[in-house]
Amino acid sequence: MTATETPAAARRITTAKAMSEGIALEMRNDPNVFVMGEDVGAYGGIFGSTTDLFDEFGSERVIDTPISETGFIGAGIGAAVEGMRPVVELMFIDFYGVCMDQITNHMAKIHYESGGNVNVPMVLMSAVGGGYSDAAQHSQCLWGTFAHLPGIKVVVPSNPYDAKGLMISAIRDDNPVLYLFHKGGQGLVWMEKNPRSIAEVPEEEFTVPIGKAAVAREGRDVTIVTLSLSVQHSLDVAEQLASEGINVEVVDLRSLVPLDTETVLASVAKTGRVLVVDEDYRSFGLTGEIAAVISEHDPGMLTKPFRRLAVPDVPIPYARPLEQGVLPTRDKIAAAVRELMA
Amino acid sequence: MNELNRLDLYKQMVRIRQYEARILQEYHADKSPAWDIGAGLIPGEMHLSAGQEPAAVGVCAHLKKGDAITAPHRPHHFALAHGVDMNAMTAEIYGRLTGLSHGKGGHMHLFDPDNHFSCSGIIAQGYPVACGQAMAFKRQGTDHVAIAVAGEGAANQGAFHESLNLAALWNLPVVFVIEDNDWAISVPRSHSTANTSNADRALGYGMPGVRVEDNDVEAVFEAAGAAIARARNGDGPSLLEIHTLRLWGHFEGDAQAYRGADLDTVNDRDPIPRYAATLTELGDLTEDDVATIAAAADAEVDAAIEFATSSPEPTAADALDHVFA
Ligand SMILES: Cc1ncc(C[n+]2csc(CCOP(=O)(O)OP(=O)(O)O)c2C)c(N)n1
Repeated sequence: MTATETPAAARRITTAKAMSEGIALEMRNDPNVFVMGEDVGAYGGIFGSTTDLFDEFGSERVIDTPISETGFIGAGIGAAVEGMRPVVELMFIDFYGVCMDQITNHMAKIHYESGGNVNVPMVLMSAVGGGYSDAAQHSQCLWGTFAHLPGIKVVVPSNPYDAKGLMISAIRDDNPVLYLFHKGGQGLVWMEKNPRSIAEVPEEEFTVPIGKAAVAREGRDVTIVTLSLSVQHSLDVAEQLASEGINVEVVDLRSLVPLDTETVLASVAKTGRVLVVDEDYRSFGLTGEIAAVISEHDPGMLTKPFRRLAVPDVPIPYARPLEQGVLPTRDKIAAAVRELMA
Repeated sequence: MNELNRLDLYKQMVRIRQYEARILQEYHADKSPAWDIGAGLIPGEMHLSAGQEPAAVGVCAHLKKGDAITAPHRPHHFALAHGVDMNAMTAEIYGRLTGLSHGKGGHMHLFDPDNHFSCSGIIAQGYPVACGQAMAFKRQGTDHVAIAVAGEGAANQGAFHESLNLAALWNLPVVFVIEDNDWAISVPRSHSTANTSNADRALGYGMPGVRVEDNDVEAVFEAAGAAIARARNGDGPSLLEIHTLRLWGHFEGDAQAYRGADLDTVNDRDPIPRYAATLTELGDLTEDDVATIAAAADAEVDAAIEFATSSPEPTAADALDHVFA
C-alpha cells in the first residue's frame, strides 16, 4: 500500500519502528547524523531501535561496533565535539558499568568544564526494564542514576508517538541526551506486549518537547506520576478502576531531566492524592524526588500521605515469582490506588 | 598434565550436547503460539553452547577440584565439564528453590562456590575476577589455577586488556580461554577485530598465546594441558584461543538472517559426529558405544529435569533475602 492510499494519521507502528523513523528523518535532514552501536546494522538493533536504517543508509552511517563501549561511546563524544550528531546505542543500560567514565565524566561534563564553549550534541539510547526474566544484569531501569548526574538530559518515552517525537528532539538538541526505551514497550514480536506499544504515528516529522510531561489520562481522585512501561500499566489500571468508581489521573513524565514539576504539581493540586510508580530502585531515586518537589512546594496539597511503588532495593531476580514480586505490576498499582482512596 | 583419554573426552562432549539439546526443547516447548521470551517453564534469554563442547572438554580435562572458572553468558558447557552439579544447575535454570542460587540467578548467573565456578552476563567481566582468584591461590600457597573464559567478541573490551596486563605483571596462575565462534551476535569477527589472532595479542602483553584451529578437542586438550601446567608450576599466565563453532543462534529465538552462507555448512562442521568418526576409525568406538553413551547422557539429563521440575518455586517474599550477608 502506498502512503496516498492510507491517511497518514491512521498508520499504526511499534515504538521500535517509531524510534528508527525519527532517526531516519534526521539522517535525511542532516548529513552529520550517524548511528553506531552493537548489532545496530543488518540486525536492526536487538530491540529494533534501528530497524531498516542499514538498508537505507549503509554501513558508513549505521556502524556496527566491537563490544567496546568505552571506545565507541567515547568516540561518539569526540565526533559530537567536532560538530557531528551521533546517535549511539548502549544495548542494555545495565552495561553502563563498562563505560560510565565516558558518560559521566566526559559526555555530561565537557560543556560545563569548558565554560560553555564546547557542545556535545549526542544521543545515547539504551534499553531498560524487566518483566521477562532476564535477571539482575539485564533488567534494570537506572534512570534515577543518570538523572542524578548533572549535565545529561534524560528522556523516557512510553509510547510510539512520543518515541518518534522525542527522538527527533533529542537529535536536534545541542546537549547530550540519554534516551531510555523500555524493552517491554517496543512492540517486539518476541515479547509480551501491551497493545499501547503499537499506535498511530504520523509519517512526517514532528517533535515532542524535552522537559514536558503529558497528562496521559485525566482524572480527579488520585494522581499516578510515572514513566515508561509503567505508564502503560497505569493506564490499564486506571481503566479497570474507573469501573469501581475511582477516577485516576495519569501523568507521564516523558522527561526526567529537565523535570516538568509544573504538570506534576498541577495534577496533585487537583486530586490531593499521589502515587509515584517507578520501575527503578526505590531509595535515593525518582520517587523520593517527586515527594521532595511536592513538599517543597506545599505539603498541604496532599489530603493523604504520599505513596510510592518501586523496586524494593534488591537486584532484579530471575525466577518469575521473584521478579513479579519486586516489579510494579498492575496488581500492585491497583492495590496502592485503592489504599489511597480508602 | 593429565593423560589423553579419548573416550572420556567424547563422553563428556556428548553429555553436554544432550543437555543443551534437551534445554533447547524445554525452552521452546511452551513459548507458543505467540513466541514470548518471558513465557514458559524456562523464561528469559537462553545462550546455548552446542558446537563449542571441544573448548570446555579439552580445557576442563586438566582441572582438579579447587581450580576456578569464570564463564560468560554462554556457560553451560564449562559448568558441566567442570563438575557443577547438573541437578542444581538445571533447577536454577528453571528458577527453583533447589537451584544453585535458589532461582535468583538464572542461566547467565550460575554460581557454584564448591567448584569455584561463576559466570557473568556482562561481556569480559569474568577476566578480572579470574585474576583475583588466581591471586588468592598464589598468596594462599596452593597450585590451583583460574580459567577465564569468554568469546572472541569479549576480547575487544577494556577488562580483557587490563586483565592480561595484570596477570602478566603479577605472574598469576591464569589461563585466558577465548572461544572464537566467528560471531558476536550478528557481528562477524572481521568487523570487530583488526588483529586476526588473539594469540598474537597475548604476546604483546608478555605471555604465550596459542591458537587452536578446527574445533579439535584433542588439539585443545594438548594446548590447554601445557598452559595449565605452566600456570600450576608458577610460570605465569597464558592465552588459549580456540576456533570453535556456534551451532545454533546467539540466543534462542535468533533467526540468524545475518549469518548467510555460513549457516549452510554449519551442521557439517559439528564436532561431535566428527570426533565419533575419528574414534571409530581408531577402533576406540563402536556404533553400539555411540548409542550407549548417548543413552547414558539422556538418562542423566532426564533425571536433572525431573529434579528441577519437581522442585518448589520460590515465592515473592524470597526476593528480599540475600541482598547482604
Ligand atoms: C558489556 C556488554 N556489552 C554488550 C553485551 C551484549 N552481548 C551479550 S553477548 C554479546 C556477544 C558476545 O560475543 P562473544 O564474546 O564472541 O561470545 P559469543 O556470544 O559468541 O559466545 C553481546 C554483544 C553484554 N552482555 N555486555
